[in-house]
Amino acid sequence: MSIIYVLLTISIVVALGFFAAFVISVRSGQYDDTYTPSVRMLFEDEVVKESTEDQPIENNDKH
Amino acid sequence: MEHCAHCGDPCKEELIYLEKLPFCCNGCKTVYELLHENDLSYYYELEQTPGVSPREFEHKFDFLDNETIADKLLEFKDGHTSVVAFLIPSIHCSSCIWVLENLNKLQPAVQSSQVNFPEKTIRITFNSDRVHLKQLVKLLSRIGYEPYISLEDSDKKKRIINRSLIYKLAVAGFAFGNVMFLSFPEYFEVDGYWLERFAPVFRWLMFAYSIPVVFYAAQDYFISAFKGLRSRILNIDVPIALGILVLFVRSTIDIVLNWGTGFFDSLTGLVFFLLVGKFFQQKTYSYLSFERDYKSYFPIAVTRLAKDENENVYEEQVEVYEIKKGDRILVRNNELLPVDAILIRGNALIDYSFVTGESELVSRNSGDKLFAGGKQQAGVLEVEVLKPVEQSYLTQLWSNDVFDVDKHSAFQSFTDSISKRFTVAVLTIAFVATLFWMIYDPSKAFNVFTAVLIVACPCAIALSAPFTHGNLLRIFGRLRFYVKEALVVERMAGVDAVVFDKTGTLTSGSGSNMTYEGIALTNDEEELLTSTLRASNHPLSRSLYDMLKDHDIKTLDSFEEKAGKGITGSADDQFIKVGSYKFVSEGKGDENKLEESINRTAVHISSNNLYKGCYVFQNQYRDGLSELLKELSKEKKLVVLSGDNDGERERLMKLVPAGTAMYFNQKPEDKLNFIHEMQQNGSKVMMVGDGLNDAGALQQSDIGVAIAENVNIFSPACDAILDASKFDQLAQFFQLSKSGMRIIRWSFVLSLIYNVIGLGFAVTGNLAPVVAAILMPLSSISIVVFTTLATRYFGSRLIKNKNE
Repeated sequence: MSIIYVLLTISIVVALGFFAAFVISVRSGQYDDTYTPSVRMLFEDEVVKESTEDQPIENNDKH
Repeated sequence: MEHCAHCGDPCKEELIYLEKLPFCCNGCKTVYELLHENDLSYYYELEQTPGVSPREFEHKFDFLDNETIADKLLEFKDGHTSVVAFLIPSIHCSSCIWVLENLNKLQPAVQSSQVNFPEKTIRITFNSDRVHLKQLVKLLSRIGYEPYISLEDSDKKKRIINRSLIYKLAVAGFAFGNVMFLSFPEYFEVDGYWLERFAPVFRWLMFAYSIPVVFYAAQDYFISAFKGLRSRILNIDVPIALGILVLFVRSTIDIVLNWGTGFFDSLTGLVFFLLVGKFFQQKTYSYLSFERDYKSYFPIAVTRLAKDENENVYEEQVEVYEIKKGDRILVRNNELLPVDAILIRGNALIDYSFVTGESELVSRNSGDKLFAGGKQQAGVLEVEVLKPVEQSYLTQLWSNDVFDVDKHSAFQSFTDSISKRFTVAVLTIAFVATLFWMIYDPSKAFNVFTAVLIVACPCAIALSAPFTHGNLLRIFGRLRFYVKEALVVERMAGVDAVVFDKTGTLTSGSGSNMTYEGIALTNDEEELLTSTLRASNHPLSRSLYDMLKDHDIKTLDSFEEKAGKGITGSADDQFIKVGSYKFVSEGKGDENKLEESINRTAVHISSNNLYKGCYVFQNQYRDGLSELLKELSKEKKLVVLSGDNDGERERLMKLVPAGTAMYFNQKPEDKLNFIHEMQQNGSKVMMVGDGLNDAGALQQSDIGVAIAENVNIFSPACDAILDASKFDQLAQFFQLSKSGMRIIRWSFVLSLIYNVIGLGFAVTGNLAPVVAAILMPLSSISIVVFTTLATRYFGSRLIKNKNE
């Protein structure tokens, strides 16, 4: 039954991992603008389709 | 009529064709060409006619040549790379996002650009060796996206976004979920051996999870309760803090002495629900700002005339704050004067609409005093500074103490007033019950005492107001009444006096009424007048032209515009003069008429040097004004405070209900003091205004509401912004805020029922952790559901009533 200690440890580590991921994503400002990315996502498909011969459009994804 | 392929406006004045596409002006055509050449024509496929006509004013961004100013605008600079963020009010559609984020096709030195659409800002990373900030700004302006740069940008502190509530919510939610899991085995009371062996581990883990919840996530409640107690107020946070503390202490003792599993699940859940309520209560309108002062309107720099060693005058760009008394500065067309000054040279035609809400222009001659906040509308002015920016007539208003006072600290909410009685009642019950058990069975006394405090923790009560007001806030927002924060909704319900500004608030800023007085014009004369007005850019000419534009257009033989005076035009053998009375009558007019013409806004006309008459502009009052005021006057005191002269008193009298007080010639400070006086007499005042001159009154009032023709354009600091088109619904908003208070009362009753049930368990000494863990979330959730449904119901009824 001492496997329960291992399982508990794993569950805590996983939970803390997700918690840290959330805090980091908030801190980096990912949730500050939730609207623009939804629009931006739609452009790039069409631009690529349009300019297949040209060099690929640079995506400004230095978020 | 053709519509411009770039901006979608009807091509009224000009019609230019390019590749069979119509354009309304050269500016639009140029943008189209520019985007086309640079492989950006996708812009026009994304949305129909997405463009904005570029308006370029020469010299407008010259101040960016001054490196100190340019550097102040930068967010970040490191060697070659610079980052700058601009507010671009004209961002309005997905095409805008696309073209702005592909800026590097137009300017290769741009490394990346990112648009924040809700905030209408763009952040550009660029190579500062290859392109200067000024070129970048000019490029943006050229394609119709002119950045808005104001004095506010110069003392831009690093924007600190307070995200602590999100972190606290995350901590509480995280702990709540995990503690729930850990509590499960004991809820089901699995067999004895298992429990004996593993229970301590599970319990101490729960203890560990709840430590950050109590000491970090819940700290605001402790701080607020402490502050309340220190100022001898039993606010709602007192019983909450007490409940949290008791929960934690009791649970810790439980596990230390191995009495039981403790209430860690209820504890973390309680804090989580409370924080959810707090989070829901705030709704931010990212594109609106409720905190603006004059700095958002004023320019960051001006052109100063300086002399070099050889006494040659040259122009330099200096920061507004560096201007001193006696400096000579230049104010160009469409620039805002940031200081009080004396006009030295030039024709001043000043638009004070920023300051007064009055859209009519004021003309001034050299030697006259000009006040800060006016926008020059014709040609270049040279002025001598009388008072620097922070001491000007207008900006002095902001040195008033009222701007340092936090309105909310003084306001006691309904929840707080209830919580006083509630806390007293709970403490009484706790002590009585403990006393009873002390006598009857002392071993249970501690148990009962803590159980009462735990179960009476007014989580549901604390949630009613945030959820009701939060919901109302969102309903108001959908009806284009943007309220700064939830507490404002509650304060609104208590308002018993409404003070209105006149110009720009009761009257609409656009579409003034024009009536003709004098000898009727012949058709020929009207045609000539229309053609002459068409050539002029004066705002009065434009609005008069808009009214007369159905007439045919003649080709003018001559046209002349004398800035600040009027215009002349001739065609065939006719000659027409349009403008001020003095100009039109050439000084030969009679004195009475001259005097009369000063007190009102009128365009005078003479044909072949014979005085004909004038078009008089009258303020247009908003639609539904009388009905609204009549409705409001049933329950509230109404006052009109106007900065203008009392020329409109008669007309206004007919519109407002009897008993409405009217005051004219009110200076900004007068308005502020007037409201202060009303408050001294016990009134709860709502101020409705629009211009910067109302800023003091808006701040002083219990609720300051700014009326905005276009909510994206700046309005002075206030508690709420009302879209001008919804002005006639103000009464309904009042009604809804009152319904909100009713909903809160009902939910208090509802949560009291839960408390009574819980207390039943507690005083009998039967409060098992699992009961608390069910009761507490159940009461909170049912309050949330109730308030949401109730506000929805009242909100939809309001919308339905309006449509009928």
